[in-house]
Amino acid sequence: MSTSITPESRGDAKRDSGRRRGRSDKTGHGTDAKLPKPAKTQVRLGDRVFLGSSRGAGILLLVIMAAIAVFLVVEALDALGKNDGNFLTDSTWVTDGAKPAFGVAGLVGGTVISAAIAMLIAVPVAVGVALFITHYAPRRVAQTLGYIVDLLAAVPSVVFGLWGLVFLSPKLIGLHTWLSDYLGWIPIFDKDDAGATARTLFTCGIILAIMVLPIIAAVTREVFLQVPRAHEEAALALGATRWEMIRTAVLPFGKPGIISASMLGLGRALGETIAVAMVLSSSQELVFKFLDPGGNTIAANIANQFGESNELGRGALIASGLVLFFLTLLVNGAARVVINRHKEFSGANA
Amino acid sequence: MTKRIEISGLNAYYGANKAVEDISMTIEPRTVTAFIGPSGCGKSTFIRTLNRMHELIPGARVEGRVQLDGQDLYGPEVDPVAVRRTIGMVFQRPNPFPTMSIYDNVAAGLKLNGVKKKSDLDAVVERSLRGANLWNEVKDRLGKPGSGLSGGQQQRLCIARAIAVEPQVLLMDEPCSALDPISTLAIEDLIALLKERYTIVIVTHNMQQAARVSDRTAFFNLAGPGQPGRLVEIGDTEKIFSAPEVEATADYIAGRFG
Ligand SMILES: Nc1ncnc2c1ncn2[C@@H]1O[C@H](COP(=O)(O)OP(=O)(O)OP(=O)(O)O)[C@@H](O)[C@H]1O
Ligand SMILES: [Mg+2]
Repeated sequence: MSTSITPESRGDAKRDSGRRRGRSDKTGHGTDAKLPKPAKTQVRLGDRVFLGSSRGAGILLLVIMAAIAVFLVVEALDALGKNDGNFLTDSTWVTDGAKPAFGVAGLVGGTVISAAIAMLIAVPVAVGVALFITHYAPRRVAQTLGYIVDLLAAVPSVVFGLWGLVFLSPKLIGLHTWLSDYLGWIPIFDKDDAGATARTLFTCGIILAIMVLPIIAAVTREVFLQVPRAHEEAALALGATRWEMIRTAVLPFGKPGIISASMLGLGRALGETIAVAMVLSSSQELVFKFLDPGGNTIAANIANQFGESNELGRGALIASGLVLFFLTLLVNGAARVVINRHKEFSGANA
Repeated sequence: MTKRIEISGLNAYYGANKAVEDISMTIEPRTVTAFIGPSGCGKSTFIRTLNRMHELIPGARVEGRVQLDGQDLYGPEVDPVAVRRTIGMVFQRPNPFPTMSIYDNVAAGLKLNGVKKKSDLDAVVERSLRGANLWNEVKDRLGKPGSGLSGGQQQRLCIARAIAVEPQVLLMDEPCSALDPISTLAIEDLIALLKERYTIVIVTHNMQQAARVSDRTAFFNLAGPGQPGRLVEIGDTEKIFSAPEVEATADYIAGRFG
């Protein structure tokens, strides 16, 4: 790099930090005392501009977020102050008149139940699809299937809602009756209403499952592709069948990824608005029997009510929205804990 | 226990590409056979045909015969999974399962075989780790992840994992190439111990290692660029290193290659 080493040029090293290493290498065979002291790093213009702009963007983002949060919380608290009922335990939604009384219990229940049904169906199927694409299907089939999954992820939720209402839900009436006939002894599978419609939380759960499936499948597929070939071969060389190889090498390695993918899907299931609003015949009561028509979710309730709400109603809806936010936060936090508990064994340091 | 491997007229392909051609040799029980040869001459390909790992690569296939004590490994009724249980393999880069503890790594193969009883597993894990010369270093942290060990320890862990299922043959593809000299010596000592119980095949780029650990040495070479690899000669290690029959072998061993 540098040609001759003279005391003068060594002095230069202080200013010319970019070339410092080449020089100190050459002087390295002398005594340590002769090495140039590490010069204070000189900050270049480009770095300074980049640092400034990224810091600015970060601060701006925080300010905007804080402003939104403050606005929402103020509106919500305002409405909660005028609530005559109990916001957390009531299942009514009366926001006008002399005695407004509204509560999110029924909405939270509906949100959680429909999302839980969606996850119970979607996660195993999505993992299965991802495994099939990455480990079983011939290349051609895998590619086609991959495209279909990606395509499915791009279908707008309105379309799912319409399809669910017009096509799917009438077809599911039989399944509802069948489930309650055979599993009715489990309280939540019981069905009071002999009902001619299937506009239920269960139908919602199925539609949500179909909606979140492509997201979960697409992410888990990427995760499964990351599994080092060496680990798969290690299992196979021990005499594992393909399924045993998947169980010993692929699934454990992919577990954190599967959880993260499920959280992405769950976030969408919890927050899905239009499709749910279209399918459910909205009602406020707490519906635990998800095979009965009725029930509602936080997001769908907001969509249904917002248009004709007065100021108090809007505040109440915002408050319910904040509940949804905390619900999502809680679930994500729980998932983080699960992932971190086995960090040592995550394979990240392999 | 240990068995003789007889290979005759073996060709291995990657798609339409022939990687090794017409290999015939006999590997005696309880010996260490070293495979040497320049990079790309098909040593890894060939060693992977011996436990049917080769065919796992899409488009890869094998022609010819590999017999284990007279039984054709590529026979129509032979289950490749069973072959891999009988013929263990250690890879170039240590590959313990990162999601498993040291204990579970060693027990992985047994669990695949349906062994569930804790006391049985404990016994085999200890025996295998002792067999791999690793027991003393890890006995106090069997529950810790295998990926937390040093490279040399990880490789010995992989050897322990491979011998835990009591294979009859142990294939090693450059098991020391990612290791420092001390760990390398530890593995070489281990090979000397293991050969009393197993038939061992080892691929190595290190001539001294081949000379130190093996009883027999096989030299592979490429006829030319783009040509498949072939077996040039195989013989007792002493003879291959002192008076090989083919000049190319002598040149390669002396480092006068290419
Ligand atoms: N997965 C693969 N797909 C296609 N061709 C391959 C594959 N693996 C190896 N080959 C080809 O097969 C030939 C033999 O490779 P192989 O890995 O067996 O050589 P090797 O003797 O083990 O070399 P090295 O000493 O560098 O490990 C090479 O020409 C290589 O390009
Ligand atoms: Mg190789």
